[in-house]
Amino acid sequence: MIWFTLLLVVLVLAALWASMTTTLLRATLGLALASALLSVVMFSMGATLAAAMELSVCAGLISVVLVSVASLTRPRSIQEEIASRRSRLRRIWPLPLVLIAGGVALSFVHAPVDIVLRLPAGDGDVRTVLWSMRQLDLFGQILILLAGALGVLVLFRKEAKDDD
Amino acid sequence: MTIEMPQSFWLYFTFFVLLLVDGLWCMLATRNLVRILIGLEILMKSVTFFLIAAGYLSGRMALAQALVVTVIVIEVVVVVVVAGIILGFHRKHDSLDVGNTKRMKG
Repeated sequence: MIWFTLLLVVLVLAALWASMTTTLLRATLGLALASALLSVVMFSMGATLAAAMELSVCAGLISVVLVSVASLTRPRSIQEEIASRRSRLRRIWPLPLVLIAGGVALSFVHAPVDIVLRLPAGDGDVRTVLWSMRQLDLFGQILILLAGALGVLVLFRKEAKDDD
Repeated sequence: MTIEMPQSFWLYFTFFVLLLVDGLWCMLATRNLVRILIGLEILMKSVTFFLIAAGYLSGRMALAQALVVTVIVIEVVVVVVVAGIILGFHRKHDSLDVGNTKRMKG
């Protein structure tokens, strides 16, 4: 239990580093680290398929997208950087204190919770659930993927027209 | 080495809340659009974690995994589309400052 709790603490620390660090590249690395740690957490809990998806898609693909966005934008001047860093520091510094206080306060709560779900039985293999019980989810996923691809196409076509 | 898994709802809930607060604060404390996207991603991590924890505690891990796979697919599409919007915004305004969104038409 100690190892698992430590893993969760490191996960929150990685997310905190992603929120607080000064450069976008470091923030992206922090997010990738948090995703990788979350996939380890999921794997420990027995969610192997979700862990593999989290590691490959969130820690891999999304990090690549975010690094690409950071590299395609104009770097700030030194004056802009200093001014932005000061104003950001003023807004972000209470965050670690809030997280520590929240974590300590919640660690004292031990109220009993009844989380028995009133759902139909049939919880076996994830593939069976996905293909037999959640077909509508799969249909929605396909629609969302197509909508996303179309959205990106429309965005870049408009930008190419603007460049002409 | 085997990891002993805790059965306490409040342990999972505590870390869910911490990640949620972290993501919300990251979104609210910055003026950079990419950082807002990173904050949104941290929020999604907290939701993913809590879905898996709920599946683990209720003994319905397969259902939780199916939902998490759906969440991850939607997450990727959101990130890619928002990244495209951010790049378009940067080309128009030469800035990633969220304050410039006030100048947008429509």
